[in-house]
Amino acid sequence: MSAAADAPGRRLAPGAWRNLLRDYPLIPLTGLLLILVLAVEIGQPGTVRPSWIGVVARATIPLAILAGCQTLTMLTGGIDLSVGYVASMAGFVTATLVGPLGGVALAILAALLVAAVAGLISGVGVAVFRVHPLIMTLGMGLVVLGFSNVWQLQMVQTGSGVPSELRDVGVGLFADVVPYSLVVFVPLAALILVGLRRSGYGRLLFAIGDNPVAARLSGARSWQVLIVLYVISAVLAGLAGLLYSGLGNTASVTLVQSQLLPSVAAAVIGGTSILGGRGTFTGTILGALILTVLTALLTILGLPEPWRQIVFGSIIVAVAAAYTRVTAEA
Amino acid sequence: MSVTTGIPGALRVRPRETLVALARRNGWTLGLLAFFAALLLFTKLIQPNYGALGIQNLAVSVVPLAMAAVAQAIIVIAGGIDLSIASMMALTSVVSAELMKGQSEAFGVAVVIGVILLGLVLGAINGTLVVLTRVPDIVVTLATFFVWSGFALLVRPSPGGGAATWLKDLVIGSVGSDLIPKAAVVMLIVVGVVWIPISRSRLGLSIYAIGSRQLAAFRSGVAVGRTKVISYVLGGLFAALGGLSLTASTGIGTPVPEPTYTLVSIAAVVLGGVSLAGGVGGVLGPIIAVLVLQLIRTDMTFLRINSNMALVAQGFILIGVLMVGSWIQIRRSRT
Repeated sequence: MSAAADAPGRRLAPGAWRNLLRDYPLIPLTGLLLILVLAVEIGQPGTVRPSWIGVVARATIPLAILAGCQTLTMLTGGIDLSVGYVASMAGFVTATLVGPLGGVALAILAALLVAAVAGLISGVGVAVFRVHPLIMTLGMGLVVLGFSNVWQLQMVQTGSGVPSELRDVGVGLFADVVPYSLVVFVPLAALILVGLRRSGYGRLLFAIGDNPVAARLSGARSWQVLIVLYVISAVLAGLAGLLYSGLGNTASVTLVQSQLLPSVAAAVIGGTSILGGRGTFTGTILGALILTVLTALLTILGLPEPWRQIVFGSIIVAVAAAYTRVTAEA
Repeated sequence: MSVTTGIPGALRVRPRETLVALARRNGWTLGLLAFFAALLLFTKLIQPNYGALGIQNLAVSVVPLAMAAVAQAIIVIAGGIDLSIASMMALTSVVSAELMKGQSEAFGVAVVIGVILLGLVLGAINGTLVVLTRVPDIVVTLATFFVWSGFALLVRPSPGGGAATWLKDLVIGSVGSDLIPKAAVVMLIVVGVVWIPISRSRLGLSIYAIGSRQLAAFRSGVAVGRTKVISYVLGGLFAALGGLSLTASTGIGTPVPEPTYTLVSIAAVVLGGVSLAGGVGGVLGPIIAVLVLQLIRTDMTFLRINSNMALVAQGFILIGVLMVGSWIQIRRSRT
């Protein structure tokens, strides 16, 4: 560190930081995460234990999946603002259908199917009618909320309960440390990571986001890619919603809506550009971890929910500005 | 007759206008107005006792949304988009309701001026962040949406507060004939006083110019960054007016913004003939569009459609409007 204190080092340091943030964003992000964990430990000594890490991981997993929706759609220059209502709907539909359908698996399947239909409509709007994804998904979110409300009124008589299987997966910690939800998350994350890096479909997402015209001229049928993308995003949101309803042991039509901003924030902090063509799911997972630890820190500091919104909003702008600055000079 | 600035006047040359030319240029707005009239007639048909009271209620419920639509329209014309309008309205509404609670009528005037200044500051922060950080408008205003609503919750965790009587009187009742609601007149005067001088000035021209083609505007000597900030400041102003009208019409302030406001403002802008790409349209179209959207909602209650189904229908109508609007735009750009 002392080398950085002398004159030439000081002149080089900002540039070096800039390159580090641009080329290996995961290193400064990991640093930030460690600083936050340290702050938690200082704020309330003795907090950071293996069981605490397990709890943080358990809270991070659904957020990371939800943020994955944002990462995937942002790669093509889009965004999915319907994830909050789609996820809530999935949890709610599953909870209400377990009885009538007589099985958790069937109920989950039905819920994910409904989510996929919502994603399909969003996808058609974005890809065929070229409505701005932001507006399309915002509107789709309202439609889903409306349908959920209608469904809720229909289901008042039958009642609902979060199935115990979901509760186990959402809440359970193996040996008090390892969350059961990793069973869902690890294959899913592996699929997204490998899919983005190795599969043709993943490369198409980057290509369309980076330069839509070039992608079209190279023969990419972007409308098909986009429709599939929004279906994937909605199904991922549905899965996240199932985990959330298990985690909270509740199912309501607005349960996950409060996680919409954090999901965008996690993707942006993780280095995904909303303009498309740049981003990694690893960064997004780190972003989700950072936000979860930050929430824990704010709780320890005794800051209520309004302050959490203010801090999250400010962080999004600050981090997005930092990324824009370093990438603009490349 | 070119406008006195150095900018080529071709964009908005104003020759001696005949009525026909005026009608042709505002064809979309006029069509919308006709549709609104037809919708009013339809309302009268399905609910024969719909009359002066119904129109007054419509006007009162429309004012906050119309202000939101005007705010959005100005920002979109300048090539931006503002997702934080709903929470700016919530924040200005709770601040005004909290400060006016149990205070004198005269103090209410000071509060209104203060809240309008607050709106200008919020808009300036949005605009400055967009211009300085170069982060896309959507990300910045999505983030500030949550910042403003966080502050709104800090001011008042739950709905409440009060409003000065003169403020409430501004939106209640009618002027002259029973069929001319006071709320609509006040709104049109406020919007007209602010927007008409600006739209005819160099500033207005610059706002259209940067939305139309930023690079060309820059090369013609328009201060792009400053104009963009000003467009957000105007957006903040109208959001504050919207917040004040919320306080005026309900008598209290609500810290949690109505989730549909942002979407309705965007849909009204598109339906009102403003291109989301920027540089095209005005503020009158979006106001009429808000009237149409609100009246459709009223009609759905008259038709005894379940209020949740109405939300679904509203969502589909908004999406449909956006799809068709965007489809027309694609078609137009191809030819």
